Amino acid sequence: MKKHLLSTADLSKDDALLLLDTAEELARLADRPIKKLPTLRGRTVVNLFFEDSTRTRISFEAAAKRLSADVINFTAKGSSVTKGESLKDTALTLQAMGADAVVVRHSASGAPHRLATSGWINGSVVNAGDGTHEHPTQALLDAYTMRRHLGSLDGRRITIVGDVLHSRVARSNVLLLTTLGAGVTLVAPPTLLPVGVGGWPGETSYDLDAVLPKSDVVMMLRVQRERMTAAYFPSAREYSRRYGLDRHRLGVLPPHAIVMHPGPMNRGMEIAAEVADCDRAVIVEQVANGVSIRMAVLYLLLGGSEPAGAPSRGGSQLSRQADDGKELETAEVAR
Amino acid sequence: MPAHTPQSEDFASAVPPDYNGRSSARSAPATSDRDPHPSSSRIATAATSTAPEETREVFDAPDIGRALTRIAHEILERNKGAEGLVLLGIPTRGAYLAHRLATRIAQVEGATVPAGQLDVTMYRDDLRLRPARSLARTEIPPEGIDGRLVVLVDDVLFSGRTVRAALDALNDIGRPRAVQLAVLVDRGHRELPIRADFVGKNLPTAVTETVHVRLTEHDGLDGVVITRAVPVGAKDERTAENPGGGAAR
Repeated sequence: MKKHLLSTADLSKDDALLLLDTAEELARLADRPIKKLPTLRGRTVVNLFFEDSTRTRISFEAAAKRLSADVINFTAKGSSVTKGESLKDTALTLQAMGADAVVVRHSASGAPHRLATSGWINGSVVNAGDGTHEHPTQALLDAYTMRRHLGSLDGRRITIVGDVLHSRVARSNVLLLTTLGAGVTLVAPPTLLPVGVGGWPGETSYDLDAVLPKSDVVMMLRVQRERMTAAYFPSAREYSRRYGLDRHRLGVLPPHAIVMHPGPMNRGMEIAAEVADCDRAVIVEQVANGVSIRMAVLYLLLGGSEPAGAPSRGGSQLSRQADDGKELETAEVAR
Repeated sequence: MPAHTPQSEDFASAVPPDYNGRSSARSAPATSDRDPHPSSSRIATAATSTAPEETREVFDAPDIGRALTRIAHEILERNKGAEGLVLLGIPTRGAYLAHRLATRIAQVEGATVPAGQLDVTMYRDDLRLRPARSLARTEIPPEGIDGRLVVLVDDVLFSGRTVRAALDALNDIGRPRAVQLAVLVDRGHRELPIRADFVGKNLPTAVTETVHVRLTEHDGLDGVVITRAVPVGAKDERTAENPGGGAAR
C-alpha cells in the first residue's frame, strides 16, 4: 500500500483484499465489552472537512477513537477558512500540530492529492471525498458489504445507477470493483455520464430495465442537485420513472441481489421509500461497515513503521526490504 | 528431561561471548511468526538467497504428541480437573496446539473443554518497528472467559513479549479467574518477567538461531527444527527467519 489513500486506483488486488480482510477482523470488535484497541496510542488523526458530511466524518472519528488515536476535528465552518485562510496555510498549521494522518474532504477534485504531494505535511493523507473525483473509503465499505452478502466478488455483476457525472462514489467503485474482479455496468441518462466514460473499465447503458435481471448488486446514486448547474433531465418525475428503483423493478432483480445506496437518499427520487426500507436493502449496514473499513485503513496506514505491504502472495522482494528497514530501526532502538 | 544435551553444548560454545548483550538480534526475532500467510516457498527462497544454514530437527512428530499428552495431564493435575477451563491459542500455531490439547483433555477427562484463539497483533509492543501487518482471527468460545481459568497456548516461548501482549488482549475481553501459560518449546532469552506453567521441551538456543515449529494442520508435517546460519555474514540470516512460519519470538 502507498503512504496515502487518494484513489482506489492506487490499490492493487492484494492491497484491497488485505483491507477487506483486516476490516472483517476489526468488525468483530463490536461484539466485545471493550470496543477499543491500543494500537494507535499517541498518534494524531485530523479530520479536515471543508465540505458537509455526517456519515463519513463521524465514522472516521469513531474509527480513530476505537484505535486509541487522538482525534482533532476541523470543519471549515467556524474556522479561519471563513476568514480566507488557504489550504496551504491550514495544512501548515496541521503539520505544526504533528498530525500523523489527515483525513480530508474538499469540494475541489484533487485537493487531497495536492496535500499529499506538496510537501506541506508529512503524515498520511486519506481522501474522504474530493469534489466529483473519488471517495475511496466509501468504495471499500461498499465492496466489504457486497462481499459479506455475496462472497467473493470475482465475476459478480454490479450495476451503478444514477448521477454518475457528479459521483465520486461511482468512480471509486468502478475502479475498485474492477480490481476485485467484478464487472460494473453504469446506468444513467446520457447527460449524467461523464465525458470519457468510454475509457472507464466496464460497460454503460441507458436502459435500467434491461440490466437489472442480470445484476447481483444494484447501487443507486443520489441525484446531486447542489452540483448541477444546468438542466440534465426534463423533470424529477421523468427521471424517477426511467431511472428510479421502485417496487416493480425490485421484483425484476435476481432473488439473491442486494440494493445499496451510499446516502444521503432522496426517497421517491432515485429510490422508492418502500425499496429503501425493504429487507434486501443493505443501506444501514453500509454505514455500520464504514467504521470497520476506516479502522482498517487507519491501522494499515499508521499501525506500523510504514504502510502495510501486501501479504506474501507476491514476491518476497518487498518483505525483504521491509525486514532490512526493521533491522535498522531495531538497531537504533537498541542503541 | 536433561536440560543440556551434548549437542546443545556445542551450540552454546559456538556462540560468541557477547550474545547476552543488547543487540539488534534480540528484538528482531521477536517480530517474526505473525505472518498468517507463510509459505514454504518463501522459506525456501529466503534460505537459498542468504548465507548457508544448518538445520537440525530436535523434535519429531511422536515427540510432539507425547509432549502434548503430558501437558494435557499436567493441566488437569494442576487444576484438579477440567472445570472452568478455557484453552486460548495464539495464532497461528498456538491455535492448533490449543485444539489438540482440548482433544487430549477430552480423551482423558471425558469432558469437553472450550478452545479458541486470541490474536494479539494489535497489542504488540513492536508494531512500529515493522510495516503494519495483517491480523489473525480472535475466537473466544461462547462461554466467555469471565471467572474461568484461561490457559494460553503458544508454540515457542522466547522474549515473552507475545505473552505480555496476550495478557493485555485478555484484559479487554474479560476477567479470568486465573491465567496459565502452556508452550511447546521454551527456548529461553526472556526479556520480560514471564514464565510458562507447562512446557513441552526446554530448548537451549543462541539468539542467532531460529526455532521453527511445524504442525500438520499448517505445514503438512509435525516437527521442531532449529536453523542456524553459518557465522559468515551472520547478520543476514535473521531476515530469513521472518518469512518462515513458526519462528521463535
